[in-house]
Amino acid sequence: MKTTVTELLGIEYPIIQGGMAWVGEYHLAAAVSEAGGLGIIGAASAPADIVREQIRRARELTSKPIGVNVMLLNPNADEVAKVIVEEGVEVVTTGAGSPARFMEMWKAAGVKVMPVVASVAMAKLMERAGADAVVAEGMESGGHIGSATTMTLVPQVADAVNIPVIAAGGIADGRGFAAAFMLGAQGVQMGTRFVAAKESIVHENYKQKIIKARDIDSEVTGMSTGHPVRQIRNKMTREYLRLEKEGASFEDLEYLTLGSLRKAVMEGDVVNGTLMAGQCAGMVTKEQTCREIIEEIIRDAGALLNR
Amino acid sequence: MLEKVIEIIQEQLNLEGVAITEESSFKDDLGADSLDLFELVMAVEEEYGVEIPAEELEKLTTVGSVVEYLKTQGIEA
Repeated sequence: MKTTVTELLGIEYPIIQGGMAWVGEYHLAAAVSEAGGLGIIGAASAPADIVREQIRRARELTSKPIGVNVMLLNPNADEVAKVIVEEGVEVVTTGAGSPARFMEMWKAAGVKVMPVVASVAMAKLMERAGADAVVAEGMESGGHIGSATTMTLVPQVADAVNIPVIAAGGIADGRGFAAAFMLGAQGVQMGTRFVAAKESIVHENYKQKIIKARDIDSEVTGMSTGHPVRQIRNKMTREYLRLEKEGASFEDLEYLTLGSLRKAVMEGDVVNGTLMAGQCAGMVTKEQTCREIIEEIIRDAGALLNR
Repeated sequence: MLEKVIEIIQEQLNLEGVAITEESSFKDDLGADSLDLFELVMAVEEEYGVEIPAEELEKLTTVGSVVEYLKTQGIEA
């Protein structure tokens, strides 16, 4: 399947795996790339050496392009940005701000840069700063989110910029993929469905939570702090939302979530852990390999788009 | 110029009727998030015909800092 995104990234299918903290490690990233999509290592707040090791391990499993997601608020972001160049990573996606300060270095090294954007103005500024594409991410997504929905954000961003737009947020099957293309996207980014993939190292308890989730099972915490996070509701989110309603301080709220994503991913703590997932968790019904997921989506979307 | 900048801010962030001064902090006083700032920058650029590089954005934290930035770009009125 050929689109501006597959051409830009040198991949077979325009399906990108979201650069998720803890979840987006080398097994998953390599499996997605190997299946013809683009796997992304989520650098999150990891130190640069860990990111380098993750990249090298992924390289042992696939010779196809891989990406790294750089969380710009990470205190190690400057070093991670350099590691990406040193290791010859093909693609970078960025979150939590503007990657303008790294743009020159990455472009000079031939890295394709795709900032995640949550508004039209941000997309325009990123295009001007030299971005190769933008990932327009709606608030249906899991993890840290903006406030516009995919349905409204993608067409507006597609109208506003001349670079390819990748839709993210709420996409989990061939219908979502086809819809994203109707809205003006040339590719999609998916997180939640890949969290439950066979190659994902996420604890079985967490995967089962996603597989069993219904349409209304996700909740957004942290609206009051300016850093909203979508996740599957559990004891932790209830406690968080109660504290939030009572006007708890940012520090108290942060304390509650300290290390909670790691707890969910690594230890399978579904009671006190943060089970980041998008609204589409209700559409994820089984554990499949990345290849099965990608091929199923491409087949189903193809049937819809050629109808 | 301050008045004009305040007018742009009020219009862009839907803050008509809200008191805004040179000292107003976008985040703490006006409740603006980073996306709001991107909107604002686009509007200011259009009004004054300048281009504010993305790496300058994080320095623009108050209304006064925007005015100061515009002055460094040779904009007086």
